[in-house]
Amino acid sequence: MSERRDRPWVMRTYSGHSSAAASNALYRDNLGRGQTGLSVAFDLPTQTGYDADDALSRGEVGKVGVPIGHLGDMETLFEGIPLDRMNTSMTINATAPWLLALYVAAAERQGVAREALSGTTQNDLVKEFLSRGTYMLPPRPSMRLQTDVIAFTVAEMPRWNPVNICSYHLQEAGATPTLEVSYALANAMAVLDALRERGDVDEAAFPTTVGRISYFVNAGIRFVEEMVKLRVMARLWDRTAETRYGVTDERLRRFRYGVQVNSLGLTEPQPENNVYRIALEMLGVVLSKSARARAVQLPAWNEALGLPRPWDQQWSLRLQQIMAYETDLLEYEDLFDGSHVVAELEAELEARVAEELAWIEREGGVLAAVESGAMKQRLVEAGAARLREIESGEQVVVGVNRWQEGLPSPLLAGDDAGFMSVDEHAEAEQVARLVAWRAARHAGEAEVALHGLRDAATTGANIMPASIRCALAGVTTGEWGAALRDIFGEYRAPTGVSATMASSAERASLVEAREAVDAASERLGRRLKLLVGKPGLDGHSNGAEQVAVRARDAGIEVVYDGIRLTPDQIARAAEEEGVHAIGLSVLSGSHMALVPQVIAALEARGLAALPVIVGGIIPPEDRTALLAAGVARVFTPSDFDLDLVIAEIARAVLEGAGG
Amino acid sequence: MSATLAAEVRAGSRSALARLLNQLESSRPDDRAAASAVIDELAIYLRPGGLLVGLTGPPGVGKSTLAGALVASWRQRALSVGVIAVDPSSRRSGGALLGDRARIGPRGGDDGLFVRSMAARDRLGGLAPATFEAVIAMGAAADRVLVETVGVGQSETDVSEAVDLTVVVIQPASGDTLQFIKAGLMEVPDVVVVGKADLGAAARRTARELRAVMPALGRPDTPVLEVSALAGDGVGALCDVLEELREAGAPELGPRRDRRLREQVLRTFRDRYGSRGLDALGGAAGARARLDALPPGTPPSALLAALTRAAGH
Repeated sequence: MSERRDRPWVMRTYSGHSSAAASNALYRDNLGRGQTGLSVAFDLPTQTGYDADDALSRGEVGKVGVPIGHLGDMETLFEGIPLDRMNTSMTINATAPWLLALYVAAAERQGVAREALSGTTQNDLVKEFLSRGTYMLPPRPSMRLQTDVIAFTVAEMPRWNPVNICSYHLQEAGATPTLEVSYALANAMAVLDALRERGDVDEAAFPTTVGRISYFVNAGIRFVEEMVKLRVMARLWDRTAETRYGVTDERLRRFRYGVQVNSLGLTEPQPENNVYRIALEMLGVVLSKSARARAVQLPAWNEALGLPRPWDQQWSLRLQQIMAYETDLLEYEDLFDGSHVVAELEAELEARVAEELAWIEREGGVLAAVESGAMKQRLVEAGAARLREIESGEQVVVGVNRWQEGLPSPLLAGDDAGFMSVDEHAEAEQVARLVAWRAARHAGEAEVALHGLRDAATTGANIMPASIRCALAGVTTGEWGAALRDIFGEYRAPTGVSATMASSAERASLVEAREAVDAASERLGRRLKLLVGKPGLDGHSNGAEQVAVRARDAGIEVVYDGIRLTPDQIARAAEEEGVHAIGLSVLSGSHMALVPQVIAALEARGLAALPVIVGGIIPPEDRTALLAAGVARVFTPSDFDLDLVIAEIARAVLEGAGG
Repeated sequence: MSATLAAEVRAGSRSALARLLNQLESSRPDDRAAASAVIDELAIYLRPGGLLVGLTGPPGVGKSTLAGALVASWRQRALSVGVIAVDPSSRRSGGALLGDRARIGPRGGDDGLFVRSMAARDRLGGLAPATFEAVIAMGAAADRVLVETVGVGQSETDVSEAVDLTVVVIQPASGDTLQFIKAGLMEVPDVVVVGKADLGAAARRTARELRAVMPALGRPDTPVLEVSALAGDGVGALCDVLEELREAGAPELGPRRDRRLREQVLRTFRDRYGSRGLDALGGAAGARARLDALPPGTPPSALLAALTRAAGH
């Protein structure tokens, strides 16, 4: 055994659900099992700045994460967890200033000074517009709030990582390594350039600011390619920091990143195989010492089925511990420096990244390419290409497009069918706590604090001090969000789904789908028209986008209405557009709340006969319930061949038309 | 039945308008017949104070954002608005991606706004015959109608034949549209908008060049506006200019729509009977002369029937 072992990465599990109290119990359990940091998952209302009792929050409270409506919730979340000794990562973006303000205020109430806090706010808005969808304001004010957080923490919270440039969600949307590296670097440069333009970070502190930028990446199953990607990112970031920002201290140019390995490649069929996939994906981010992750989060094997249980999360944590403590990985210097294979792969990737960066420059830079939808469109196209490879079998996915036959999995045999069901009372209880909180606080103080927030927003003063005052005065998440939306306006980002989208490759199954669509169109008297959109607050639109593009290629006129639609908005669009069917995509687990609302809204407009088709992560039991509630078809991740999905939609329309 | 549907559409019934638009796009004979009777009625109805606006320009120039801003501006002025957003059909599959509605309208929904996306279908980049009729239907139902098309190929010309005023959006310092207008290769629209005015100097320079060239093109008074739909600058001014042009052109509005209607009938005739059918009438000029002989306010089906009879079909 070698003399010295490297210190392992920070081990986290991305978690949070139902309520602050339930999540607090989970965190304490996880820390007790040897987890070394916390990674907080917030629910969608918290991520987008709405209160639990807002109409838009219905069905979403406590689903994909913990609801944090005010300081009381934040204090409950960290009860008994000393914040000066914790490293907390918060996946929070549009409302990052607010959640950081609540964290600082909660620490203050624990008697911990903000200087002593260490952790990360994700605070990356560009990828929200490109793939994750939980933005709140238009791009330019979003960039302003983002840089407010950075400027504030540089001055007052020396141990805080104010921004985690995320390429994670880009890969989930289908980005190739080239796109992932280029978009992440371009994004980081846009943030730093914006900071430099503000002029309130002094020139001497700028290298420190550069040193605070950290990344959050994805790692897929092609782990050699992924490892190369990270080595290239490390080199390019070092070079960018030195040449573009004049950082001389080598330590401040280090590529620091956390990782959550790929969920995109996790399969619903034969889900036990995902355990291997997760282990192999992890290799890409730990094998090479010179580009090793600082913090690792692993998904659970059953993510494509439903919400992981605590035991599933423990199983993932054990993998990290085995890798770090049982293997000899941490005993050696970098294993790949000097490998000519790796060097060649690196050179190729670097060249492609340079081309891509030049393209973004020609598009007018990151913000312009976000506003025009140009970057988004490239991602959707990359996603389509990936999907096509899986459908054609060119990319093998065991249990999905090869070796589909298998024995029933005993892991799914338990009473819970292998995943956690959400506490159905969580939403009502959260609303009750919120109402009680509003009644108990000093209304005048909250109003004064909100006034200060509006002032800061309009005058351009840093939003953080005013937000912290709001936190301490008992302001709620929805009030904070509403104040800023009033000033900066709401935003609907370009969908990236447009007429100029490249066509899918022809296959026999696409031709068959087209025949089914043509037959339906003939019978209907006009071309089959389909509305595709996402109800609720979930912004993960990759699936909906791919269905929209493929439906077009099969001959359907597709109205793509994007994300965050209310049930009434969907019914309204169905009426105005005269569509023959409605396709809804729900990935947040809120389908049982949202889909019946849409059906009711359609009935209210006399459109009850329109077939509703639902796609998402939908357990078998819920599928049965949805079909009973009047849904025409339900598709899940195992329906990966979209040609077949489209043909089924055409059939559903014909059945609806009495065919 | 048709009288009722036409009246419902005029009164602003959303479900009636939706029903009519579905019939217009249908190839089923019963739908066609029902729709044609309603369109006969609506085509000769001039909604008081109404205005049809076409918005066109090359891809990527910020048209959708501008459309969204213009709609918001009209809604603030308490005008009801109808939007027809036209996107090309895929030539291979016949399908289409209609993605613009996601950029238009407030999140909560708006009873004073009706958005219909339409595929351009068969004609190369041009408007489908049903789109002309849809403009008529929308114009009867809403105070302001915006017809948004991608300015490639035929659609730029087509849209001007469907609306009262055409707005062309061009990209600062680049693009064919700018060159075409300057060189006199393209008919000068009623309003030229230089988009992305947030680009600053480039937008100002482009606007200056255009203003300078207008007198030589015989259209010295054509408004050239710099608009940044993203920042919200210049949208109010565009709205004002459109209102001024509407008021100035109000007396002509009826006769001009009548003329457009006859051109549309002529196009339908040509689509149906080809150039041979037209020859039987002495070409386009002969057909126009026959149409001119009919009194103003003759409904489209009667106009078409007159041509068909005269051609011996």
